[in-house]
Amino acid sequence: MSAVVGATTLVRAVAGPLQRGPRAPDAVLEARDPDAIRERLPRQWLLSSLWHRAEVRGLAHVPEQGPVLLVGNRSGGQRSPDTGVLTLAFSTFFGVERPFYELDDPGTAAEALAAGAAVLHYPGGSHEAHRPSWESARVDLAGRRAFVRLALDAGVPIVPVVAIGGQETALFLGRGGPVARMLGLPSLPISVGLPTGVNVGGVVPHVPLPSKIVVEVLPRIDLAEEFGPDPDVDVVYAEVVARMQETLDALASERRWPVVG
Amino acid sequence: MRISVATDVAAPRESVWEVVTDPQRYLHVLVGVTRWEVAGERARGLGARYRTLMHVGSAEVGGLVEVVEWREPGDVAWHSVTGIDQRGRWRLRAVGPDRTRVELRFSYGIAGGGVFGWIAERVAAPTVRRNLRGSLVQLKREVEQEEMRRAAARRRASRAA
Repeated sequence: MSAVVGATTLVRAVAGPLQRGPRAPDAVLEARDPDAIRERLPRQWLLSSLWHRAEVRGLAHVPEQGPVLLVGNRSGGQRSPDTGVLTLAFSTFFGVERPFYELDDPGTAAEALAAGAAVLHYPGGSHEAHRPSWESARVDLAGRRAFVRLALDAGVPIVPVVAIGGQETALFLGRGGPVARMLGLPSLPISVGLPTGVNVGGVVPHVPLPSKIVVEVLPRIDLAEEFGPDPDVDVVYAEVVARMQETLDALASERRWPVVG
Repeated sequence: MRISVATDVAAPRESVWEVVTDPQRYLHVLVGVTRWEVAGERARGLGARYRTLMHVGSAEVGGLVEVVEWREPGDVAWHSVTGIDQRGRWRLRAVGPDRTRVELRFSYGIAGGGVFGWIAERVAAPTVRRNLRGSLVQLKREVEQEEMRRAAARRRASRAA
């Protein structure tokens, strides 16, 4: 019995913090370093172009300047390759001089938007990134509506971003529902990937399979214009998810083979 | 990485110059270029700035460039202000009364990109070279067709006279 309790404590201690989801490179906005980002572009370009054969469509839908909230579906486990692909595309399209952050924390995101930055936010976070591989073509923002309030409070447009391919970089088997609940964890993702084989808890990041990644940026949604001055958060959330799902369905229908694309 | 391509165009260099210095025509002429927009008040000439993008691999790469050399009708060169480090030059030389040697030089890189930068420059080179060659083919076609139309117009005018 004590061995079970000990094991449970160990799993909580190790897997718990790691499951809080990918965090922004630095929560302090001033720490952003355009030169360092520029210097990393070649590596990311090689990874995106050669390994993932990535395509990014519709970046022109992002307003040329000013704050904007990009809302994406997250795939690929702890280290989402979609994020790197989009960051590269954004940085080369608009220049590394334009402030662009991938942020999970709504407070920091609000601060960044107030400073005029473009913010990429994944409402589904770790929950969505660990959905089973056979649900690759499903947008699952886990009902998290905070991004709508974030956009409304900041008075910025939402630009939905839909990606496919990340969930094929390993075989994701699910979030370990009952076992996770028994251990008191929000989830206990299980996947099979390189180099560790079976990976429980998403503790060790996997080496991604060379899955083709396609990212589509959708037309901007001006909340006040489309939904009135005081929109219903649930209605906006449902509409954003519906548009993303429609696009993801279309992207999925283009794919002929897993990984190959 | 420096790439240079050249071709001969059957037209006087003033006609070629007209095309290679007109930003409105760049999207038709330059293969792989997805954006060449005037940024600022000056559309042509020394100091004119353009926002440029070329599709290479998984990204549209470019930045803000500025014309730093303008010697009509022979040389126009630009340097990057933001974005990837790049320099470009159209070099036009007359090789006959109605024939122009057109050279397009382009060099690019990322300072501080390290070994990945070195590799990325070389991996991108075939695409960039293909785009530049395609651009010269397109330029040649466009300028020579214009010359033929002009010649036909002149013939019609002389017959009418």
